[in-house]
Amino acid sequence: MMALALDLLSWIFLLAGAAFLLIGAIGVLRFPDFYTRLHAVSVCDTMGAGLVLIGLMLQGGLSLVTVKLLLIFYFMMFTCPTAVHALAQAALQGKLKPVVDDRES
Amino acid sequence: MEHFIDIVLLGLLMITGFAIVRLRSLLAVTMLTSIYSLLSAALFVVLDAVDVALTEAAIGAGISTILMLATIAQTTDREKVPRHTPLLPLIVVITTGAALIYGTLDMPHYGDPDAPVHRHMAAAYLHDTPLEIGVPNVVTSVLASYRGYDTLGEVTVIFTAGIGVLALLGYHTRRQNIQPPGIKKIVVLRVIAKLFLPLILLFALYILFHGDYGPGGGFQAGVIFATGFILYALAFGLGNAQRLIPQRLLHGLAAAGVLIYAAVGIEGMLLGGKFLEYRVLADDPVTGQHLGIMLIELGVGITVAAVMLIIYFGFVSRQNSGDS
Amino acid sequence: MSNLLGHYNYWIVIVLMMTGFYIVIARPNLIKKVIGLFIFQTSVFILFISMAKIEGGSAPIIEEGISVYSNPLPHVLILTAIVVSLATTALGLALIVRIREAYGTTNEDEIHVQDEQD
Repeated sequence: MMALALDLLSWIFLLAGAAFLLIGAIGVLRFPDFYTRLHAVSVCDTMGAGLVLIGLMLQGGLSLVTVKLLLIFYFMMFTCPTAVHALAQAALQGKLKPVVDDRES
Repeated sequence: MEHFIDIVLLGLLMITGFAIVRLRSLLAVTMLTSIYSLLSAALFVVLDAVDVALTEAAIGAGISTILMLATIAQTTDREKVPRHTPLLPLIVVITTGAALIYGTLDMPHYGDPDAPVHRHMAAAYLHDTPLEIGVPNVVTSVLASYRGYDTLGEVTVIFTAGIGVLALLGYHTRRQNIQPPGIKKIVVLRVIAKLFLPLILLFALYILFHGDYGPGGGFQAGVIFATGFILYALAFGLGNAQRLIPQRLLHGLAAAGVLIYAAVGIEGMLLGGKFLEYRVLADDPVTGQHLGIMLIELGVGITVAAVMLIIYFGFVSRQNSGDS
Repeated sequence: MSNLLGHYNYWIVIVLMMTGFYIVIARPNLIKKVIGLFIFQTSVFILFISMAKIEGGSAPIIEEGISVYSNPLPHVLILTAIVVSLATTALGLALIVRIREAYGTTNEDEIHVQDEQD
């Protein structure tokens, strides 16, 4: 019974992670500007990969594999936002202007 | 199910390949090459080649992309339209492809356990490794012990590449700090780089010594070790990174790794065995094998890390001003 | 049909190899040629590793309870080949940097023109 509940929970996390990855990918294709596309990519990196890792941790149970996955999750939470931040700052210093809505409304 | 993942990954590889042919912006082409490497690393995992996947991800998607970006920073970024129509290359390519496909019709089916390639030495290696060497990772045991002479040649090739790049590009120690103009404003990057550098180096050492029990080994560890220092050089500037690792130390380390490897071989000869025979290095043959494998992986890791840094510093220190 | 099921892997990899080959001979930019060579080499690695796979086998790390392992010998050869491909790519890119400093361009056609003028 416990195993079934854990399995179901891990499947929910895996599917949610896959859904976020899909949303991020559609965002990269459809958004008009570099900065908005960067925002969509960061959703892929943090939410998508993070949820998939949590789902895999639940599948692994209590073992060395789960500890390794936890470490990967921890490091990804540090490095993904840093990479996106560095990209955005580099684009700003390269004088790439964001697309601003100029209509009077 | 596995075939489905196979086909999806191969399809993505084909799309990436065609995009690389068509695009004109070299920066986009470099990023697509990195994606190509990562996709083939994923394909290697599906094909049960975990050691090869780790090496391809570290080398292909990591160091090769950095070197290509460094080259593009010093040359142009756009590719000019070719002047003549590529009809003759297309004919040559299609003819070669058709000939190769005709050649594969004779090959055994994918995944066939009775293929001729599985009959000769593979079963012997899989059977003898637990008895003679006692190391669970068969790829490491074959690479380091049964075919150790090939690996010595491979280390020498890496060392020669380092010498070649040193001869072509030189190694200029910059007094002032070369860094991109606005990098001091990205405080987050500097903090994270400083925080993660010891963790990256620790991870490299883990992969080096854990290569006996899981995927890993000297080459992957050396590349990851160099990547840590390249991250530091990107965040803090080239002058700071070169002050961190002096030039003579790098050159010395590159040679020291190859010397360690060859010294293990000669020690085998001095103790009564043949060149690169590890059994005689200790009282118990299995312990001798362990010792030999550990020493040569260390030598390989040292040489690869030093040569990667020599190549990177050679590329980046050749710029005359601070733009990159 | 069994031919298709047994060999589709090899045929797709041959298409990838020909893509890399086409980039090397048809594009005049030197950096693109080096990238094409890199794609060609990586596709050859995929060909070798797919020859080593055994249906139902696992990675060649000896563990209790597994009886069929994939062939470790091509893995060792391809490990060496990946490292050697990195060495040649690094040397090729270093040569491109020097060529750019000597000729002022990385386009093969313009280099030929400059050579014929001398």
